[in-house]
Parts: sequence; structure tokens; C-alpha cells
Amino acid sequence: MSTHEVVTREITFAEAIREALAEEMRRDSRVCILGEDVAEAGTPFKVLSGLVEEFGTGRVIDTPISEAGFTGLGVGAAMTGIRPVVDIMFGDFITLTMDQMVNQAAKIHYMSGGRWKVPMVMRTTLGAARRSAAQHSQSLHAWFSHVPGLKVVLPSTPYDAKGLLKEAIRHENPVVFFEDKMMYKMKGPVPAEDYTIPLGVADVKRAGEDITFVATSSMVQVALGAADLLAEIGISAEVVDPRTTWPLDEQTIVESVKKTSRAVVLDEGYERYGVTAELAALIAERAFYDLDGPVRRMGAMHVPIPFSPPLEDATIPTPQKLFELAREMCGRS
Amino acid sequence: MSTVSSRTETASHADVELWIRMYRQMTAIRLFEERVNELYTRALMPGLAHLYIGEEAVAVGVCEALRREDYITSTHRGHGHCLAKGASPDRMFAELLGKAAGYCKGKGGSMHIADPSTGNLGANAIVAGSVPIATGAAFSSKYLGNGRVAACFFGEGALGQGVVYEEMNLAQLWKLPVIYVCENNLYTEYTHVSETLAGDILARAKSVGMAAETVDGQNVRAVHEAAAKLVERARAGEGPSFLCCNTYRFHGHHVGDINREYYRSKREEQDWKKERDPLAVHAAWLVAQKHADAAQLEQIEAEVKAEIAKAVEFAINAPYPNQEEVDRDVYA
Ligand SMILES: Cc1ncc(C[n+]2csc(CCOP(=O)(O)OP(=O)(O)O)c2C)c(N)n1
Repeated sequence: MSTHEVVTREITFAEAIREALAEEMRRDSRVCILGEDVAEAGTPFKVLSGLVEEFGTGRVIDTPISEAGFTGLGVGAAMTGIRPVVDIMFGDFITLTMDQMVNQAAKIHYMSGGRWKVPMVMRTTLGAARRSAAQHSQSLHAWFSHVPGLKVVLPSTPYDAKGLLKEAIRHENPVVFFEDKMMYKMKGPVPAEDYTIPLGVADVKRAGEDITFVATSSMVQVALGAADLLAEIGISAEVVDPRTTWPLDEQTIVESVKKTSRAVVLDEGYERYGVTAELAALIAERAFYDLDGPVRRMGAMHVPIPFSPPLEDATIPTPQKLFELAREMCGRS
Repeated sequence: MSTVSSRTETASHADVELWIRMYRQMTAIRLFEERVNELYTRALMPGLAHLYIGEEAVAVGVCEALRREDYITSTHRGHGHCLAKGASPDRMFAELLGKAAGYCKGKGGSMHIADPSTGNLGANAIVAGSVPIATGAAFSSKYLGNGRVAACFFGEGALGQGVVYEEMNLAQLWKLPVIYVCENNLYTEYTHVSETLAGDILARAKSVGMAAETVDGQNVRAVHEAAAKLVERARAGEGPSFLCCNTYRFHGHHVGDINREYYRSKREEQDWKKERDPLAVHAAWLVAQKHADAAQLEQIEAEVKAEIAKAVEFAINAPYPNQEEVDRDVYA
């Protein structure tokens, strides 16, 4: 993480999100929030607590349970002078917004020959492990990453969350911002002063020599956990967090793999046809001759997320599983 | 609002049996949910628990008007619907605890109970997600000519979803045997209905020419009578209908929703619990009409309690599924 010579506090991921929204709403009166139970309830995860008290119900706006409706309304509002931050409670519900996002928001700038723009943010969640079963546990960010015209952000620390969200709100294009539900209570250092993080710049979360883990969102913690375990047996792992799946900082990823000559890519989306496939292809295309062996990937198992705890636990990558894979790749098993 | 007809003096033996059975069913749901609350609070139940307490008369009144082979679809607040349609508490609890003996082998959990043997197409965790499914079931009933009816339970919050209107239009166009049962418990998660719905609820169904009525959802006989009439209509090929049941959830949106005063007052909750508890309303009526005495009702409660206790015991002792289960059932 970049270091700052300024006042830095330890705050939670949820607080970082809330601060980013509050600061942007103070800075720009066009920024408003639309979503289910965002006002007095502050969302079921309480991420937005306190915002309605400061900004009122005219800017922190409770909607009916109409994801397609208020997302599409957000698109139209963004085209005409508002900067909406649309809140989709669970990432699983983005399915309901697909036409609005894929056929409308993503295409309008291009189809209009650059005449209209859609400066809108969609905030939503990803991640399993809350025993919430198949319709409340998915990580579907690959879908939006697949569509030209959308940008997709996956913060993994409070610092990144705040800087990237502020950037997203100031951005001129539709940006989808995925937050890991399990991370809301995680604390990390966040400077008190205004800062943004540009979209498309990866961050090396841990430097290492022997193997590269390219990990997104929730998987960054898994990668760091595995790196700790590997350090104990003398293997040095580098953890690269792309922070945005689109735009993608190819160079940082490729350089890391060229240095270490081994790579595992991790992402909590379904492994098949997902983010891990794209990242593995990038490495194969651009660092093939520097690799000691095939790129490996770890993602969610190709099954609907089960409810039962022992089954759910089997579907997602863990530090231990990654540790074992990396050890084997480094010829130490 | 439709009221219950006053044919009590001429009540047949079958009527009395039905009324007693409805009391037993409501008691079963109430006691089931109280144990869910307790299991959840003691951290024995993973995930989320949305309790149906306070709304029992809706599920029971509607499901008692259905046959076993008729269909239902349910919601995230679905335990009551599943039980009322005939699910057994032991396999329900097992599912809620993620055990292999559960209705869905532990893969679905609280929000996804499904049981083909009782016509339960499944509880659904997507608000309005089951409205198309129920309409589709009604489509096959008509297509296959098997005379089955589908009852589609959803909260008033689902009326925010556009797909509900698409389905009602289709059902009315094609005269499908489906009853849309709207449980208006006044709140979505943490927001009052007045902030989420414009206009009149029944007018939505009426706009496509659908038969629509409102009933007191705390009065199980009123719900049953209205539902029975609409089911009969549907079975006779007269098409879909919409039944709005006015009701109230006594607990929070889910078990963890404890401090609720920012969206509804304690006073309001107390009033509903005191004056409009569907079990108390029905019990008082049964006793007043001399269809049952207090001892008989207590006996029912004791029997149900024992059954529920056994079911919980079964679920707690049941094993988790084997890990090999994890990638089974993805495809048929
Ligand atoms: C499509 C979708 N959006 C949002 C949610 C989150 N959510 C779960 S329950 C609920 C409120 C549902 O209210 P209502 O339909 O009235 O049913 P009730 O909970 O009152 O029984 C919401 C918003 C969801 N499950 N699905």
C-alpha cells in the first residue's frame, strides 16, 4: 500500500465507504444515493448509517424494491445532470438490472457518438461464507467486466475502498463498485485528507520473489494469509491486487510474473469463464516464456453456493488450499 | 373487505374439524418459529431467519383451501407457507440447520425450502422471484388439464417489481389458475408501505381485469373463505385472482432486527400483538362459539409442542451432508 506522510486513522471498510460518500456529497450537491433501505436503515449492513441525517431524504433516497426501475432511472438521471450512486443490496440482484446496465448505461456514450454520458456509480456486494445460500452469496463482477462501456472496481482494503469510490463518483462513465460483505468490519489505515485512486492501477499488497498471487477483493486476504504460511517454509510470495478488473493494469501483473516466474490467480467469482480465466490468459499471452509452469487459478467452485456450512466452505478458496498449491508449484511438496 | 358469513349455528362436523385443524396448523407454525428464534439466538442456526409469527392465518387459510397436489410458491419468510402446505417440521428444521436430512439436503436452507411431495415449488430469496414460477405452474396445469391450482405468496414489497405486472397480464390474458396472495404486513425490510407503494393495491390487479379482494389476514376463517372461493373459480377455469391479506409481522425483518423504533413504534407492535394475534382471535372465536373449550386448545398446543420438540431434537442430532454432495444436483 502506498504510504502517506499525513494523519492516518484506523477505520473500517464500511466507515471508509461512508466517508467517501459523505465527502463527495458535501463537495458536489449533484451526488445522491438511491436504493432500498438506504436512508433511516442505512442498509442492512449499516454501511450508510448517518448519511440521511446529514443529507436528508432528498439525497439519500429510499426506493421501492424495484432494482431495474431505480437503476434505469439512475441512468437517465446521470445523463441529465445528477450523479447518482445506486445501491444494490446484494450482488446477486444485479441480475435484475442487467438490461439497464448492459444495453443502456454501457452503450449510451458510444451509441450517441460520444454525445451523452452516464456518470453513475452502482455499489453492490459480493462474497460467500455468510451462510446465505445460492441467491445471496454470489460474486458476479465478471459479468459487468465483460461488457465494454462499464468499469468495474473491487476494493480490498479500507484505503482502496475510499480512494476508489471517490474516484468512481467523480468519473464520467458508469462504474460498478463491488464490496465484499465479509470485509465491512475489517480495519485499516486511511488518511484523513482528500485523496483518490485512479481506476486501472494495480497495487502490490506484498512484495515477494518466488511466486505471484494475483488476487481480487476478498481473495486478497486469502492470498496474504497463504503468503504468511509460505514465508514460514521459506517461500516468498508476491500479492498483486489489480483493484479494477476493467480497466486492467496489465503491466504490473505481467512484470510481477516475469520476476517470480510462477503465478496463481484468485477471484471469488465462479472459476469457469470468469475473472481468473481472463487474468490467466493475460499472463499466458504476455509472460509465457518467463513461466516455470502453467498459470493456476482458484475461484468459486462451479456450483450454486450451498447453504450448509461444510458444503459452503468447500466452494471457496482458502489460505490453506492456496498454500498447498503454491508449495507444490515451487517444488516443495 | 370481505367478512366471514354467519353460518356458525349450522356448522357441520366438517366445518368444525377444519376450524380446529386450522388452529392446530397455526399453532404449529407459531411454535416452530419460536424455536427458530431460539435456535438462531443460540447461534445453532446459520444464515438468516425471517420469522412468520403474526402472519400464520394467511398461510393456513390459503393452504387449507388447496389440495395436496396444488402448487404453492413461497418467499424468504416462507416457513409458515411450507408447513401449512404439509411439510413436516423435522425435515424443515434439518434444512434450517444445513443437515443432510433436510428437504433440500441442506443445500437450500431457510430461504429455499422446496418439497415436490406437497406441491411446494420452493421458497425464493429474490423478492417477486417466485411470481413467474407460480404463473408457469398454472400454465402447465391448464396445458395438461390436470385441474391443479397455484397459490403464489409474496409480500407487498414485491409489488415494486415489474415482473409481477407482466405475470398478472399473462395470467389474465390466458385465464391461468393462479391466486396471487399478497401478504401486506405494512413493511418491507425497514420501510413502511406508504413509502414504497403509490396508489391502491387492488387497483393493480383490477387494471388487467383480474378479480381482486382484500381480507383480514388475522382472521383465518376469513382468509380461508375468500381463498376457497378464488381457488374454486380458478379450478373451474375462470382464471386468476388477487387476494390481499392485511397482516403484520410481530418480530423484526429477521431475527437480528432488534431495535426497530426508527421504522415502527413499540406501541404499534403491542397493539397488533394484543388485539390482532391470529391465534388468539381464532381461539377466542372457537371458544365463544363452543366449537372448542380452553382445555381442548391447550391439549392441541401441548401435542404440537411435543412434536416440535422432537423435530428440533432430530435436526440437531442429524449429520451434515458429506462433502461429495457439494457438486451433486447442479444438473439433472
Ligand atoms: C430482488 C430483491 N431485492 C431485495 C431483496 C432484499 N430483501 C429481502 S426481503 C426484503 C423486503 C421484502 O418485503 P416484502 O416483500 O413486503 O416481504 P416481507 O419481508 O414483508 O414479508 C428485501 C428488500 C431481495 N431479497 N430480493
